[in-house]
Amino acid sequence: MLYREAGDFSTTYSQDNQTFPIRFDRMGYYFALLIGAVVIPFLINDYWANSLLIPFLIYAIAAIGLNILTGYCGQVSLGTGGFMAVGAYTSYKLMTAFPGLDMISITLLSGFMTAMVGVAFGLPSLRIKGFYLAVATLAAQFFLVWMFNKVGWFYNYSASGQISAPERDFFYFINLPVTGPNAESWVKYLFCFLFVFVLSWVARNLTRGSVGRQWMAIRDMDIAAEIIGVNPLKAKLTAFAVSSFYVGVSGALLFTVYLGAVEVGEVYGITKSFLVLFMIIIGGLGSIFGSFAGAAFMVLLPVFLKLLLVDGLSFDTALSAHFQFVIVGALIMFFLIVEPHGLARLWSLAKEKLRLWPFPH
Amino acid sequence: MKKLTILALTSAMVAGTPAMADLVFPSLSYRTGPYAAGGIPFADGYADYMTLLNQRDGGIGGVETRVVECETAYNTERGVECYESTRGEGALVYQPLSTGITYQLIPRTTVDGIPLHTMGYGRTSAANGNIFSHTFNYPANYWDAASVIINQLLEENDGSLEGQTIALLYHNSAYGREPIRTLQTLAEQEGFTLTEIAVDHPGQEQGNQWLQIRRERPDYVVMWGWGVMNQVAVQEAINTRYPMENFIGNWWSGSDHDVEQAGADAAGYRSLNMNRLGDMPVFAEIQEHVIDAGLAAGDGSNLGNVLYTRGMYAAFLAAEAAALAQEMSGESEITPAHMRDAMEALVIDAETMEAAGMPGIGPEFAVSCEDHGGTGMAIMQQWDGEQWVTLTDFIAPDDSVTQPLVLEDSAQYAEENGIEPQCAES
Repeated sequence: MLYREAGDFSTTYSQDNQTFPIRFDRMGYYFALLIGAVVIPFLINDYWANSLLIPFLIYAIAAIGLNILTGYCGQVSLGTGGFMAVGAYTSYKLMTAFPGLDMISITLLSGFMTAMVGVAFGLPSLRIKGFYLAVATLAAQFFLVWMFNKVGWFYNYSASGQISAPERDFFYFINLPVTGPNAESWVKYLFCFLFVFVLSWVARNLTRGSVGRQWMAIRDMDIAAEIIGVNPLKAKLTAFAVSSFYVGVSGALLFTVYLGAVEVGEVYGITKSFLVLFMIIIGGLGSIFGSFAGAAFMVLLPVFLKLLLVDGLSFDTALSAHFQFVIVGALIMFFLIVEPHGLARLWSLAKEKLRLWPFPH
Repeated sequence: MKKLTILALTSAMVAGTPAMADLVFPSLSYRTGPYAAGGIPFADGYADYMTLLNQRDGGIGGVETRVVECETAYNTERGVECYESTRGEGALVYQPLSTGITYQLIPRTTVDGIPLHTMGYGRTSAANGNIFSHTFNYPANYWDAASVIINQLLEENDGSLEGQTIALLYHNSAYGREPIRTLQTLAEQEGFTLTEIAVDHPGQEQGNQWLQIRRERPDYVVMWGWGVMNQVAVQEAINTRYPMENFIGNWWSGSDHDVEQAGADAAGYRSLNMNRLGDMPVFAEIQEHVIDAGLAAGDGSNLGNVLYTRGMYAAFLAAEAAALAQEMSGESEITPAHMRDAMEALVIDAETMEAAGMPGIGPEFAVSCEDHGGTGMAIMQQWDGEQWVTLTDFIAPDDSVTQPLVLEDSAQYAEENGIEPQCAES
């Protein structure tokens, strides 16, 4: 009733190929964009920005990045935290070395730097697969964190080994601070929203083009892919490059926009790699929507539970923290048992049902 | 997702209405995770003292205190969330009990005009109040601690550490790395060799580090540990048969739970403490008004132990500043700005401590616009196998070593962030 394609005709190939072929879907997408870009910036306050929306947007980028590598190209990576750290430290070095540089350039450059590092660590993927590759990327994780701790140049020899983000502007003619304590919440939010919008649009179109099809061919069966003419070197390394670019951008934003001061071992440790991996497993491997759903699940649910348990039901803070572990853990198991393909699959099933509703036969 | 956010929004709106006419003291505590052993007694002491003030005196200056707890699990991201969620309730002063969270909060609190009190942790150079207008780290900081330990060792070695080796076993984080620069300077000055041995979060794996100590046999091992790392280090020291008298922790590595497990084997282990131990009249009052009344934050078993006492001391310093703020502003419902001004004018002398029922709990000190750091004095205590015994009186650090480092580091911060000195006449 609500959700159907009746009367929705495509007269050209480009209409038929669009991401949201159903009008209702498309309108929903435009509506969400409108809300995100125009309405939220006027309503947002510090708590909403810093506790919910900004971390959600940043982790969504990381989840898309890992989904490209693991979900689309089938290369399991546990190095996400380390690659995020590369993005963060690149932007720190750029911010302190070139004070005039704007944040958009810094973030993009951090992404490119991470892409290069990612390709270097992706080289072993040509020889090793599956669990063995996971272990190789795990080595990248530990090596990178160790390096950022060990080499003083990366943190400008500060006494504590922490890096902290100085105040920098949005873009070279938009003089609004995005980083530092004086940055307004709505500016930070819009900055992240811009990156999320552009990057997810690019990711969506990459994955349904020839590059994405090569990745998926490699994922489904690499020998067969090679026989039909997919170059595994090119496919795997582009997946590593694009994925690391996304992960690097997300790591940079996490440091510059969200946290402002970072200690590599704590923020970009192995737990971060697992967190992003859980996001894409829960959200759905090989799905852009799934990346968003997974990030929302892992970022928003603990905060929501905290609000409910501590502020709503006046639980003791420790008890509520333990309950959060139990509830989030139970929900993860529940979702994986009921729907092993993640929230994205649940979403598409729901859409399927809506299309038939109210006449399911 | 949309549904979740709507639910979260409504519950935030329902819960977010602040109760007026309270003095709000947020407590960013951690009762879970690998650092909970230290976080629980501290948070209990903080909350219980505030409850005592409400029960016994009807609050501070007639206004009740309210402690808002928020669980951070010693994690910086959760710390930011806690800061944002408690700030709106009219928070007067933040005490995050985490150096990592402190680094995040320094710029934020400065912009939001809320004082930040990092008692014996956090960014050492914040002692320079000229640059760090809203950050206070009295009565002591890490560089003082490093200097105090070396001063004590100098005294034991007849004034010279020439040719000795000292190993620093530190938590590989901003917290653990803080003393390195001071110790390096002191090593140059006093002629001892410093070995830096890092232990990664959470500190449960220390086999390699103690193998190195066993091999190199340094004359002293100085530890900057926290949470589970302390217990493990003490146990490893026993296993490697390192002489316990030569193993010295800082003030976050010397609480009851760190050594109780090892018990008599750990006898001889020494640590610093910034607050004195022993039976104080205030404990009886807490027992009577808070614990027996069933209002304790925890189960009451921590009463009087090292970190409980320190949490209580932190609450005492906050309450004294709040009382002073009421006096200075002439209003009973003070704002964070009043609180900040009062913290900058705070004087803690023997009579104040006596009046609060905790005679001699800390050193006497006075805060000023330039000096947010207090005296930096600390005592040395020793574990005798059953309890902590105070060894020395308050030992002074060598300000001629720490002060130039403070000025240098804060000048760098001021330059990076474009901060003008706030104190007029300096």
